[in-house]
Amino acid sequence: MSVELDVFVGNTTIMDEEVYQLWLDGYTVIDAVKVRREGGVLDECEANADVVLSDTMDQYRTFQMCERLLHSPPKLANQLLFQITPHRQTILIERYYAFDDAFVREVLGKKLSKGTKKDLDDISAKTTVTLKSCRRQFDNFKRVFKVVEELKGPLVENIRHHFLLSDKLAKDYAAIVFFANNRFETGKRKLQYLTFQDFAICAGQLINNWTVGAVGPDSFVDNMVEDMDVDLDKEFLQELKELKILITDKDLLDQHKSLVCTALRGKTKAFNEMEANFKNLSRGLVNIAAKLTNTKDVRDFFIDLVEKFIEPCRSDRWTAADMKLYLTHYTNSVHILDTFKHQVVWDRYMGVIKSCIFKMYHD
Amino acid sequence: MPGKLKAKIVAGRHLPVMDRASDLTDAFVEVKFGNTTFKTDVYPKSLNPQWNSEWFKFEVDDEDLQDEPLQITVLDHDTYSANDAIGKVYIDIDPLLCTEAASIISGWFPIYDTIHGIRGEINVLVKVELFNDLNRFRQSSCGVKFFCTTSIPRGYRAATVHGFLEELVVNEDPEYQWIDRIRTPRASNEARQRLISLMSGELQRKIGLKVLEMGGNAVVGYLQCFDLEGESGLVVRAIGTACSLEKLSSGSILNTHTHPNTAPASNACNSPSKDGKEPVFGEDLPSSSGPPTPFRALPTSSSPPPPFSPSKPCSRQSSSSDTDLSLTPKTEESVRRRPGIFLCPSSPILSADTLSLPGSGSVGCGLGSVPRATTPHPPSFTYSDSALLRKSVSFTEDLLLAASGMGSGGSAGKEAGPLKTLLRQQTQTALEQRGASSSGLLFNARQEFPFFTLTSFPPAFLLHVGGVVNARSVKLLDRIHNPDEPETRDAWWEEIRQEIKSHAKALGCHAVVGYSESTSICEEVCILSASGTAAILNPRYMREGCLDIGSTDHRFEEPSPPTCGFCHIPYDELNMPFPAQLTYCYHCRRQKVPDVLFTTIDLPAEAAVTGKGCLIQARLCRLKKKAQGEVNATAISNLLPFMEYELHTQLMNKLKLRSMNALFGLRIQISVGENMLLGLASATGVYLTALPAPGGIQIAGKTPGDPSNEQHLLTIQKRINEATAKNKELYQINPPELTEEGVGSPIPEPRQRSRLFRSHSESSDEISELDLSHGKKDAFVLEIDDTDAVEDIHSLLTDANPPRGFYSCNTETMPGIYNWTSGIQMFTSVRILRLNNTNLTNQGLNKIFTDLCENLLKSFYFKLRSMIPCCLCHLNFTVAVPEEELIQVAVTAVAMTFDKDQTQEKLAEKLIPKGGSDTDEQLQFPMELCADSSTINSQPSSKISGVPESTNISSRAASVDYGSFADRCSTWLELLRLKAHTIRRGSVKTSRRTQSLAHSVSSLEHSSPLPDGRSRSLRSSRSFGGSTVTVVKMTPLSFLPGTRIIKYLGIINMFFIRETTSLREEGGVSGFLHSFIAEVFAMVRAHVAALGGNAVVSYSMQDCVLMENPNKNQAQCLINVSGDAVICVRESDQDSLASTTTIGHSCSSTTDVTT
Repeated sequence: MSVELDVFVGNTTIMDEEVYQLWLDGYTVIDAVKVRREGGVLDECEANADVVLSDTMDQYRTFQMCERLLHSPPKLANQLLFQITPHRQTILIERYYAFDDAFVREVLGKKLSKGTKKDLDDISAKTTVTLKSCRRQFDNFKRVFKVVEELKGPLVENIRHHFLLSDKLAKDYAAIVFFANNRFETGKRKLQYLTFQDFAICAGQLINNWTVGAVGPDSFVDNMVEDMDVDLDKEFLQELKELKILITDKDLLDQHKSLVCTALRGKTKAFNEMEANFKNLSRGLVNIAAKLTNTKDVRDFFIDLVEKFIEPCRSDRWTAADMKLYLTHYTNSVHILDTFKHQVVWDRYMGVIKSCIFKMYHD
Repeated sequence: MPGKLKAKIVAGRHLPVMDRASDLTDAFVEVKFGNTTFKTDVYPKSLNPQWNSEWFKFEVDDEDLQDEPLQITVLDHDTYSANDAIGKVYIDIDPLLCTEAASIISGWFPIYDTIHGIRGEINVLVKVELFNDLNRFRQSSCGVKFFCTTSIPRGYRAATVHGFLEELVVNEDPEYQWIDRIRTPRASNEARQRLISLMSGELQRKIGLKVLEMGGNAVVGYLQCFDLEGESGLVVRAIGTACSLEKLSSGSILNTHTHPNTAPASNACNSPSKDGKEPVFGEDLPSSSGPPTPFRALPTSSSPPPPFSPSKPCSRQSSSSDTDLSLTPKTEESVRRRPGIFLCPSSPILSADTLSLPGSGSVGCGLGSVPRATTPHPPSFTYSDSALLRKSVSFTEDLLLAASGMGSGGSAGKEAGPLKTLLRQQTQTALEQRGASSSGLLFNARQEFPFFTLTSFPPAFLLHVGGVVNARSVKLLDRIHNPDEPETRDAWWEEIRQEIKSHAKALGCHAVVGYSESTSICEEVCILSASGTAAILNPRYMREGCLDIGSTDHRFEEPSPPTCGFCHIPYDELNMPFPAQLTYCYHCRRQKVPDVLFTTIDLPAEAAVTGKGCLIQARLCRLKKKAQGEVNATAISNLLPFMEYELHTQLMNKLKLRSMNALFGLRIQISVGENMLLGLASATGVYLTALPAPGGIQIAGKTPGDPSNEQHLLTIQKRINEATAKNKELYQINPPELTEEGVGSPIPEPRQRSRLFRSHSESSDEISELDLSHGKKDAFVLEIDDTDAVEDIHSLLTDANPPRGFYSCNTETMPGIYNWTSGIQMFTSVRILRLNNTNLTNQGLNKIFTDLCENLLKSFYFKLRSMIPCCLCHLNFTVAVPEEELIQVAVTAVAMTFDKDQTQEKLAEKLIPKGGSDTDEQLQFPMELCADSSTINSQPSSKISGVPESTNISSRAASVDYGSFADRCSTWLELLRLKAHTIRRGSVKTSRRTQSLAHSVSSLEHSSPLPDGRSRSLRSSRSFGGSTVTVVKMTPLSFLPGTRIIKYLGIINMFFIRETTSLREEGGVSGFLHSFIAEVFAMVRAHVAALGGNAVVSYSMQDCVLMENPNKNQAQCLINVSGDAVICVRESDQDSLASTTTIGHSCSSTTDVTT
């Protein structure tokens, strides 16, 4: 005796959020049943094992049928096949596009190509995220990337509009797309301590300040430039070369140092180290700026920040407050330098650097 | 009356990619009606084409408009090869032909392909211009409204109920035509879909014609079914009830809708239409010579001679059923007769097969039981040429009484003799009066079959209910040679209906309500079944302008309060058609009621119920040898009576175990497979306050003295007692303790445990010589003498009750729950079990089948647990044996949430009208209340718990000293009845006290829970807002809780075929069927939304036929669904309004009484 067929279809599609999560997490039906039973589901409504199994299979089938629609979320609201309350739809989409930080950290900045997809089983083994879930997440990244790639207009808006995601999730996806597009290196050992959220916030800064779209709608007639939020502003990167004067001009460098030191004196325990390292650190930051015209160096942006700035400071045991103090004065003191003509570029550059370093300076 | 059909194709969306190279589609649309086809331009390279076509105009006959669907085909243009079809949309334009329904069809329809399922959507506009609405052509019946709803649709009033409608059309099944060998599966499926669409259009038109002929304007309780007879063809048949409906203006809904007194009054204005009708039935009157009206027949039944006196057309021929056969081919007759149970267990075969239950055998009276007392011989038939089978159209009015459901043998009626005579005389005079005025009767005068497909009625419509009548017949299918002459099938059904009619007559009833028909087909064998509830209806609703009926007449027509009147026996107690135990009504004490009542209808809204109801199912499997042709048919027809008998016994046992005394919505299905028969009986058990409390179940062993056996019995008895007690608590069955009668104790006292053992000879007695020796029987004895019986008892005890927070029933609503909130979830679930084990026994099969049903229910409870507290309503189980070793169960039901807290309050509220329902003036306000509440669909006050009334009774009863009820009740009741008019005044005092008490309670409790309920409904409405797709609610019920139906848009009747050749890729059969059912829902919703509706009521899935061949990776499924598209509006504000008016009414009623 065996169950040949077993279906349950509601006029309003019934979805159990717990089972949905298990499905998203890539559990097989059998494993999901196990998890549910351990979770005490049998105590509800005098259920037995068969009932839970049948319910889980039904739900899994429903999700599989819905998956096609979830690939283009606006369809979910317009499709006729499943009657799902708007509230439920939002949950379905949000959860489907949610990702594991551990997983995204592995693929962040990598090309979303078939090659990477082949490595997913390694990533799965490393992160203990099931392969099925890895695939879904990877495909989500790729899908979002592909869709927004060809779109004009602001990146986060596009993502939110085309995938109906929450603000937060849309921003995260924007970061992922941005990283994938610019292929930032994030996998090096030195960068391992950084979380996805660290990168996401940095990405947000870069998108908001360094891309073509960042300059603001005024500079473009129609505000509709392809990849305006995905590609860095080439003109700006060229201008960054001008900052080199801060380290090449000996007078300027000394003047800058004395201004910063005066301001910092007595305000921090790490003053001596700051004074001693000023030229090194300043050189590091300005060199990063000057090299950003090279795609290769753009990729190494974060590793450079860590190597050239964060690591020296950390070895000198600066506190986060020290860091904040130093960078604030370092940035502001330049305004007093009469001979330095590139204040606007400097601010645009340092604004982002400051935020990134603040975010990245932790253990 | 020609018409102009106009269609416009606006746009498409989500189309599939048809051109792999470009990942796009060059779509265009063909619009076809009849033989005319229009095309749109090709919209190149888009998955969301905007055709925005001109209006395509079709000038056609209205006959075609009714028959044909508008066919829209979406294609992909291909320059070099043939254009590829993307999919189709069939639009039934019938709703547009009725002025009161929808005026335009506009919306997104899923584009459906029988191989690929839904492939995108298309936006279409359809309009119809009908010329000259008044001219009535005989071939078309535009304008007749159709309702699937099996009650008078809300917002309408039935001016007249004309009666039974039936029609069938037959055709060859395209699937079995030679051309099917050379065409693609898609073409074949489409041919079939189109044919069925045409056939059902034709059927509807023909039914409509009949309605017009009768002078009606609507069909209520329309039920259409398909019989896929395979090689022998395709039958589409329908039944319904013709009515003249009048739309109520929204303001008057509250009062006129359900108020019995105002209803006929308002008919007066309707006289012109009446004039138009009278000739119709006038000319028909003489033609129906036999029993001209049921009312004339009635006096006969209540006259002293047995109901089957020679004066009646139904002469007693059953004793010589074999000689009857001389008229009819033997096959025919014998096969037809099998259904039903012999009440004469002396027949060797029967006793051999049902050894186990002699005790319950005495209970007799099975559903469809056949007290064919005079023919105790075992079933033995010889089959003659089956060809003859098709020609016979003879019906013998035999005594195959499928009478049912009542009574566990014996009668208490003897002592009440004198009173009864008196009563009878009165009834008789009343009936004669009615008879005298029967010139005004529209009802049945020209109706061959006084059948009604309705299951619930306006108050006071239903006077008495006799019991379930049931008939089955086994037929051998034969190719339909001439589709234009569907006579054979007609004749088959005609016979069955005649049988039903005669059963009803034997029960002293003139009508059959809750009538339905069904078939089960396996290869060439077909079981036709019909069932209904024998009843006596109030003639007032059957005619118009009946103001001349005197008030005295009225009094006699309704001598009993509506809360219990329908329970009173319609038949003559001295000549009961089957053994039943009668007592005086526990509610009014004036008339006799049976101890158990089985019906196929919904619980009348005004019925008094104690506690809550529950779903009761009897399940049964019987193995059968594989056979061919006649041998097979004989085997099946031999099995049928035993199955019905056992199902009935199971139902009865389960009913007793739950301490209930009545079944509503009873539906017995028997499905035939190659090597087994499946029987499933579902019903909702309730405790009717008017009926006596059921006795407990007592176990008895066959071999007393064996100590281990005794011990075993004791344990079982203990378990049963515990289960009974638990059930009483669970369903809140606390009937008023009438200590004098010892009703309260479920288990009989030891001294009462005289073993009840009805000898075979007793039960095979002549009907007229009822065994009256038993007097009252408290216990229901189950005898354990073999393994079968042990099985039975185990199955009795293994039935799980629903978990906490859940209730279930198969009727429209749950008796005892009145405060529905707006949360609903309609669902369809299908489960198929494969029996791999080839040597299964009957018991093993029974166990498997029972577990299958129980597990399904458990799954529902589990899945819907988030809706607690909730009730599964209208649980409709359909069983089938699609292949050898497969058992299929399909269920459609709706889960509805209710407010637990308010239960108490409503109960308190209900006390109010109850107390005063003794007097005629007060009689009215429960109905008014009911009218109010019907708009909120909860009928709070009309379902009356018997508490105060029975306290009244008991207090009065206490004053009369009588030890044995049976002895004295008659005198007491007579006294009571005689004094009734005078006493009532006196009793008012008591009831007033109760009222005012109850009122203060209710008004107190009213204030708090209400805002809560309102906020809940607001919440749910908000959660549904904002979607771009119209939310369409679906329910198998005739209403949606918390809403008011403001418009019926027309009937939805759709048939789909889905086929796949990549079963594995679609997730196996489960995946395939899951998506198909979801698609069907989607298409129904889309059609409703396009009509401008937001809900489907009375939704049902008539057929779900799945054929699979996993080895070939193929499967095919056919689904047929129907329902009524409606617009309903939320009633959150009116809800509170209604409840305040309820209070208002109760207040006013209180004052009424005091003044």
